[in-house]
Amino acid sequence: MAKIFIYPATSLILSDLVTRFGHKPLGSAIAIRERVQTPGLESSPLQITPEEPKKGLRWAAVEVPSGVRGRMALYGPMVEECDAAIIINNADLAFGCMGCARTNELLKFLLRQKKIPRLELEYPRNEAEGVQFVASIKKFLTEPGVIK
Amino acid sequence: MTEYNQAYTGTVTRYVAVESYTVTPVDVAIRAYEIAKGVMIKENCFGLVIMGKEEEVDRVIAEVRKMDPIHIFVKDRGFPPGDARRCRATLGGARPGFNGIEFEMTILPYISNGLGKTQNLDTVTVPVPAKAPSDRRLDVYTLKRMIDAQEP
Repeated sequence: MAKIFIYPATSLILSDLVTRFGHKPLGSAIAIRERVQTPGLESSPLQITPEEPKKGLRWAAVEVPSGVRGRMALYGPMVEECDAAIIINNADLAFGCMGCARTNELLKFLLRQKKIPRLELEYPRNEAEGVQFVASIKKFLTEPGVIK
Repeated sequence: MTEYNQAYTGTVTRYVAVESYTVTPVDVAIRAYEIAKGVMIKENCFGLVIMGKEEEVDRVIAEVRKMDPIHIFVKDRGFPPGDARRCRATLGGARPGFNGIEFEMTILPYISNGLGKTQNLDTVTVPVPAKAPSDRRLDVYTLKRMIDAQEP
């Protein structure tokens, strides 16, 4: 069972398909759960404390806004941990504030820089594209030799 | 800052989204309640939220998925069900994060169709795009041309 980073990190479709084809999806829920279930200082709603932007310095420079560094403290460890990645480009649901947008750009950059198997797709808009979308993911996740 | 006391340590929470024309979220909820055995189940408009020990949650999900395997979808959730920081009962309005699920629910029929058609398909015959497809969004130059083409 390999660890697959999914982008958008909250995607229901990618999370389901990765699990369905026998691997572990790495998404934002895992990082949030870790923080919600760990004792510390009250920092509602996501338990992102002032420590997180410091941890984010590992993936983003000090002049990068703290919002990006804080988010990278969630995603950075998963990017390092993952064995492969599936990216959906131009995902409408990944739209957000500037912090989200820049973090998304940095995330995709880091995933592309990392020498791991990567599949890039777009959301299907009709049934034919839906078949190709699922088939591409199935092939990527189940074909021997693609993911170690 | 005050001290934070966590709850439900060691548990996992998963969403079960139902996009089926034969099974409703109520049917899935009833089946899940039958086999719950210590797992917390909350029914909502698009499916269920299930929380408990990982192996127990996976057992319940595996069982309810059998009702309609290609139309029931599952994803992880960070917060437990009814958490005051996320639950719309305390916040009012749509729950933060629902927009993503709402968007993907419109695509789920294509995915279900794809899952059905690729079940017995040899992956060697599957056409996979060699590179990322080009950006299909409306670019600013095309928009300008469209505006200019409008009659006054």
